[in-house]
Amino acid sequence: MVSTSLQTLIANRRRRQRRYRSVVSILALLVVALFALSLAIGQTVTPPLEVIRVLLGEQIGGASFTVGQLRLPRAVMSVLAGLSFGLGGVTFQLMLRNPLASPDIIGITSGASAAAVFAIIVLSLNGPIVSIIAVVAGLGVSMLVYGLSLRNGVAGTRLILVGIGISAMLESIIAYILSSAPAWNLQEAMRWLTGSVNGAQLGQAIPLLASLAVFGGLLLSRSRDLEALRLGDDMASALGVGVARTRMLIMVAAVGMIASATAVSGPIAFVAFLSGPIAARIVGSSSSPLVPAALIGAVLVLAGDFAGQFLLPSRYPVGVVTGALGAPYLIYLIVRVNRTGSAL
Amino acid sequence: MMTDRRPDAKHRISAIALTNRNRALWLAGVVALLAALCALSVTVGTRDVSWSDITAALAGRTDNLGQAAVALRIPRTLLGVLAGAALGLAGAVMQGVTRNPLADPGILGVNMGASLAVVIGIVWFQIETAGAYIWWAIAGAALAAVFVYTIGSLGRGGATPLKLALAGAATSVAFASLVIAVVLPRADIAGGIRSWQIGGIGGATSERIWPVLPFLAVGFAISLLSARKLNLLALGDELAVGLGERVAFARASASIGAILLCGASTAVCGPIGFLGLVVPHVCRLLVGIDHRWLLPFSALGGACLLIAADVAGRIAARPAEIDVGILTALIGAPVFIWIVRRQRVREL
Amino acid sequence: MNSAMPEHTLEAHGLSTGYGTDNILHDLDLTVPPGRITAIVGANACGKSTLLRAMSRLLAPREGQVLLDGKSIHRMSARLLARTMGLLPQSPIAPEGIAVADLVSRGRHPHQNLFSRWTRKDDEAVDAALTATRTTELAERPVDELSGGQRQRVWIAMALAQETDILLLDEPTTFLDISHQIDVLDLLTDLNRERGTTVVMVLHDLNLAARYADHLVAIAKGRVHVSGSPEEVLTQQNIRAVFGLESQIITDPVSGRPMMLPIGRYRVLGC
Repeated sequence: MVSTSLQTLIANRRRRQRRYRSVVSILALLVVALFALSLAIGQTVTPPLEVIRVLLGEQIGGASFTVGQLRLPRAVMSVLAGLSFGLGGVTFQLMLRNPLASPDIIGITSGASAAAVFAIIVLSLNGPIVSIIAVVAGLGVSMLVYGLSLRNGVAGTRLILVGIGISAMLESIIAYILSSAPAWNLQEAMRWLTGSVNGAQLGQAIPLLASLAVFGGLLLSRSRDLEALRLGDDMASALGVGVARTRMLIMVAAVGMIASATAVSGPIAFVAFLSGPIAARIVGSSSSPLVPAALIGAVLVLAGDFAGQFLLPSRYPVGVVTGALGAPYLIYLIVRVNRTGSAL
Repeated sequence: MMTDRRPDAKHRISAIALTNRNRALWLAGVVALLAALCALSVTVGTRDVSWSDITAALAGRTDNLGQAAVALRIPRTLLGVLAGAALGLAGAVMQGVTRNPLADPGILGVNMGASLAVVIGIVWFQIETAGAYIWWAIAGAALAAVFVYTIGSLGRGGATPLKLALAGAATSVAFASLVIAVVLPRADIAGGIRSWQIGGIGGATSERIWPVLPFLAVGFAISLLSARKLNLLALGDELAVGLGERVAFARASASIGAILLCGASTAVCGPIGFLGLVVPHVCRLLVGIDHRWLLPFSALGGACLLIAADVAGRIAARPAEIDVGILTALIGAPVFIWIVRRQRVREL
Repeated sequence: MNSAMPEHTLEAHGLSTGYGTDNILHDLDLTVPPGRITAIVGANACGKSTLLRAMSRLLAPREGQVLLDGKSIHRMSARLLARTMGLLPQSPIAPEGIAVADLVSRGRHPHQNLFSRWTRKDDEAVDAALTATRTTELAERPVDELSGGQRQRVWIAMALAQETDILLLDEPTTFLDISHQIDVLDLLTDLNRERGTTVVMVLHDLNLAARYADHLVAIAKGRVHVSGSPEEVLTQQNIRAVFGLESQIITDPVSGRPMMLPIGRYRVLGC
């Protein structure tokens, strides 16, 4: 005979699973809708049918150019960057058990930016090599931050503070390189100071897609271990998670994703920071927020770029939109975290 | 019995005298260092000058390029001394008020708040006079300080160093984004975005320094006079109250001094970070934690560090210059990290 | 006693380890009697928690070894160890807003791998754990809303869901009200009697340890000073040596076990 408590338990678990699935589906649909919107609407409105025909390869007068060359790469880049930042950001926040410990704040994106800026402006490089340099720099910075915060084991608080210090250093280096560049190109500067998908090209999407597949896949395969890590290092170890090794693997994957995205779009402000907390609110703390956070990242970048282009009095790159709108939410989050003393 | 006690008393008195004398020596040393650095600052730069040029320029003549260069460096050096002293002192006061070894006008977002306020004033309210800049900067600094402190002290444990630093870092990032958002549409001043992100003392002239002097003077006075209060606050709120101190008032008055100093410096130089963090820590190692010594020493030390950084910035990348704000970040961040490593986690 | 439970032996041989440059434990030998309740006691900073952490693989031994069934635990796979030995550390963290049933479900982690889905067995283990700790009614409530005692029972339920034969607990009663302390200790006794779980816990209250434990281990300065039954361990000389305290030992009229009465400078009759 099945006890009723067991039945209730199973029923509740199934209910939670259904909620998770519906959240993910809705978010995915939202991404698709925004994607389609960005393809159809611009300086001119392209009818949906034409958009589809262009996507299928037909050559149509002006539409092929606007949709195929201008809007499509931009939209694709937005989605890929958004997914990368969202997934990478939430991973850091979960691992460090603090929503304020986002890669934006502890130096990872600054490191990748600095490397990319250096490669592009000082070394005059271009293409996938920049992404590789950025990823290496991102990994280097995270190892540096990790290593510097080691003293009788790593303490989360120390790691965050060291990250803040390193980030400040890197930001000043970025400012210096940008200011001493031969031509103070505002557009380029904006890309590296707050992030932008202006002038994106489809060629840049390939390495990003690869990084998302490899690193993202690695992360999602470790999602159960990540859930165990949320309970504290001791508890995770007691549950059979090889804490040090898993942490390292997860960090490499998250840093890799974020650095790859930064190398292309610059450090799109706050996306990595916001996606996790928003996902956690929507999906509840009982389910893993990884996939929802990735989707929310994509939504934020798509919507932010769209707003920056068409909905505001002036044209802003996406980073300024997400930065300015994200700031109040950031403050709200700090207030909430401090008041309840909670983790993500 | 009496003879037993006497040697102890003498020992103690001589111990105190030694320390005070040491402190006086260090003070004299740092003043001498400052003088030397100022001399260096006037002499060195992207253009080499001769001794005769220097003496001529100091007398007010600007006949050749060398003398003109020196004539430009004099206000620059002066501004560096003032700003450095202001920021070093403000940092020491902030660390005392918050009992937080990581407090610094840059980290706590106070400088960025000042920047943002000035930028908003310029773009949306068309302010133009130096006086207006300064008032706006001070208002921005004050709002940022209150804001960061409030949200950093919510929840368990009050304003722990970590929570405060995080609140400050997050607020800085937020403000920096807002600065860009506000300035971007204005192509005419957008090129000047840089100066509101990273501070420097290049391009300083006497006209820019005069308006800020009264504010700095008041700020210096209030801060230095709060030394005793800070000594008491260092014992912890409960003890300080027990000793008759009005804690909230003490905190507020000391903070006002620091905010005046930060706002005024940022209005003229842009945000220069890490000075307020590094200098008090080094000074503490030399003259101890008594704020009556620590505060003036931090001011002098801050001036030294700023001038030294500026000189280095002029030499290292000739003929271009590296802004002071960049160098203080490059020097200060490792020191920040070193401080963080030294602390036990519980204190963070 | 439930004889269906296989009995595992947990022992430490010549264990020396610590954090930082110095060792906290020195050449420590310990055998945990299977199927019984063992309490580790001692003064603060004597090495009690360090010992537990070393035995649960959170801390690596610098010399000596910790053996489970004769095999060094550091050579075993983490998952296998987690299926045999459960640990409740001092300050576990509950993700904000998580429901009790979900938290307890995390205990099934060692039984799942990358591709396994949630099975009926998992649900049953969680249900059994909730029932054993009498937290079934709390199943859907957020953990942060519970009282200290209830929360501790939930953590124990999570360790139970792991279905391990050995359970290590690091100061499970330290921050609880006295009624909750008794509640938790009674629960652990239930587990020991009904499931034959070997319980090893660090306790700071010597008298509660003497009442509830079958086997006491007193640690002083990183070594086992004495171990044995409560009667053997609770003597005036031992208390003096381990805690630096004068005392009188009486028989607790409630449980019949020995009880330690501390003797200070004041409030002592005949002084």
